Amino acid sequence: MDKIRTTPSTTADRIKQYMKKEGKRFDGRGLEEFRELTIEKDVSIKAEGSVRVNLGKTEVIVGVKMALSEPYADSPNKGNLMVTAELLPLSSPRYESGPPRIDAIEWARVTDRGIRESGFVDFDKLCVVPGKKVWTVFVDIYSINDDGNLMDAATIGAIAAMKIAKIPKYDEENDKVLYDQPTKNGLPLTSHVPVAISVHKIGKSLIVDPTREEEDVSETRLTIGSSKGTISSLQKSNSRAFEIDEIKNAFEIAAKASEVVDKMIEKALK
Amino acid sequence: MERKIVIPGEMIIEGEDYLPGENTEKRDGKVYSSRYGLAEEQSNLVKVIPLSGVYHPRRGNAVIGKVENVLANGWIIDIGAADSAFLSLMEVPRYVNKDAMEEVLTIDDMVTAKIWSINKRGIDLSLKGRGFGKIEEGLIFNVNSNKVPRIIGKEGSMIKIIKENTGCDITVGQNGTVLVEGNKIEDELFAKKAIMYIAERSFISGLTDLVTKWFTEQGNKK
Amino acid sequence: MAFKRPDGRKITEMRPAEAKVGVVPNADGSAMFKSGKTIAIAAVYGPKKMHPQHQQNPRTGQLRCEYNMISFSVDDRIRPGRNRRAMEISEVTKWALEPVVDLKDYPNQVVDVHINIIQADAGTRCAGINAAAMALAHAGIPMKNMVSSISIGKLDKTLVVDLTKEEEDFEEGEGPTDIPVSITSDGKITHMQLDGMIEVKQLQESIDMAKEACKEVYKIQKDALKKFIEDKSEGLN
Repeated sequence: MDKIRTTPSTTADRIKQYMKKEGKRFDGRGLEEFRELTIEKDVSIKAEGSVRVNLGKTEVIVGVKMALSEPYADSPNKGNLMVTAELLPLSSPRYESGPPRIDAIEWARVTDRGIRESGFVDFDKLCVVPGKKVWTVFVDIYSINDDGNLMDAATIGAIAAMKIAKIPKYDEENDKVLYDQPTKNGLPLTSHVPVAISVHKIGKSLIVDPTREEEDVSETRLTIGSSKGTISSLQKSNSRAFEIDEIKNAFEIAAKASEVVDKMIEKALK
Repeated sequence: MERKIVIPGEMIIEGEDYLPGENTEKRDGKVYSSRYGLAEEQSNLVKVIPLSGVYHPRRGNAVIGKVENVLANGWIIDIGAADSAFLSLMEVPRYVNKDAMEEVLTIDDMVTAKIWSINKRGIDLSLKGRGFGKIEEGLIFNVNSNKVPRIIGKEGSMIKIIKENTGCDITVGQNGTVLVEGNKIEDELFAKKAIMYIAERSFISGLTDLVTKWFTEQGNKK
Repeated sequence: MAFKRPDGRKITEMRPAEAKVGVVPNADGSAMFKSGKTIAIAAVYGPKKMHPQHQQNPRTGQLRCEYNMISFSVDDRIRPGRNRRAMEISEVTKWALEPVVDLKDYPNQVVDVHINIIQADAGTRCAGINAAAMALAHAGIPMKNMVSSISIGKLDKTLVVDLTKEEEDFEEGEGPTDIPVSITSDGKITHMQLDGMIEVKQLQESIDMAKEACKEVYKIQKDALKKFIEDKSEGLN
């Protein structure tokens, strides 16, 4: 494996001291504050919807593709969702070519769960011919530059790409999807926007949206998918523990931050 | 010749009098660049100063590294180069009990050291000399190693300006790892900001004046 | 009668191209190359220690290239992960670039080039090679020259520069022939492939055409590399 330059131990001490004493981060942010978010639309015109998300120096691209297929036997009138995420070796010296490793798999699964469980997608409306033909929505996420918190950037990108996606025209006669002819119809989405917030424990502090330097110092992480105060997915990561009070506090931090991020997405998409 | 930006394969200057220096090559009476950077000519010697790229260790470099492993006769140190470096027990300027090596340096400790030898077997470090040894505390971060000469400045002039304006002690490793130590973390972050400001503008001439001006502006903001 | 291209370009006219350096801050070098609707980004890491160890070469450093298409870069989604086409193009890309990089001072080390196609409208390997050459330069890798790449096409009987997907699917007359070519800035060919049917004489002509087009590509690469440094010093000198 490549040698990875992680945050030096003395810097880690400084990060913790500064958070505890001043309630601040090296880049001047408060503990519960996100970096600047920008979203660029249509990074690939070949996608039904695609975006580039920048959270500070962290960058991901997300694309929505759609395909028609037979429904699953247990849900004949529902469409499908498939979320994949790849940690591109291009995006950091930490990621290697080859089959996905556990960090990439976790990244994809947590993002998938957050979107799936929130009720963001109205799967009934993705049915074209009951029992025969339904839309599968593929949401593919790629890291371009990892400067921390790829986890939350992925969901932000997925939400944004899904919001701007247009369903392609379906030529029933020839049973063909005409990808170059998008309809005016967007995806059937609900108001349950599944914003995911990862709360990290660093020393005695709980923070959101860590930079890479901070993420290296994070002892443990709780990723909370929620919409307007209702939590629909959770993932506690890494082998260190939270105190009970800390985890209760993390729920509140995430609930507050998710509303802020929801508005940030709205604003960035305008 | 005026300083200019060149790309690999680009002809820098033509003429029998010119000699090819670092990162250049002479073909048919023309000097070509073999790297991306700034081309310079001084008394007919043409060279290219790279502005990017990974750290290439050189003998005599003072570096800041991280202890990767403790062996029976020394320590493996990551100095951000392709090869790890070795610090022998013999290169610690005091008696070390072989059974208590971790009391001197242990895994993840940060250390300042000097490269005293590079050969086929690897890079050898030494702690002999003033200012080398384990780093107890301070803010450590990385800049591109190609920017180090500008951060230090002529005979340390630039680093002196930063020290005077921030009250911090600053050690710049040739490998691009920087240690800043001050009374307050605020001061250290201020020094880091100044260093990053210089690193981003490392190819500009007259950088000293610019940095002095920057400090005045920062002072006014406060 | 002059041949009419679907997008109205002249037969020797490239698509509008753009290039940018430094698109991946984490990388030691990176660049984007856009040709019409085809967009490639490339990042370089290294020279660094070659792993696995048994692949180390004590005589010289090595170049390793990986070409990958993003799933949503084309109409029909590509399943993420490696496929045979990508593996072949990765190797061809390496061969295109290897003759200009000089890694003899880096024994047992490797320079990794990662190319990703964000949006595809034909000519993706050429755009990838163009971005990769810039990223290598940006990473400070010793290079004898730059490499520039373009695809020449034969549509029915006419040679044209820089095919689009629409032109690649051209079905009239003799149909389409696709000839991607990479040429160093001192005029040597480091990569050439062909898909279709063409006679010797015309194939020879296609090389002269590629040479001219690659000069334009080179200019775009060079300008972007210079601009990257100039932009930062703007208004300061």
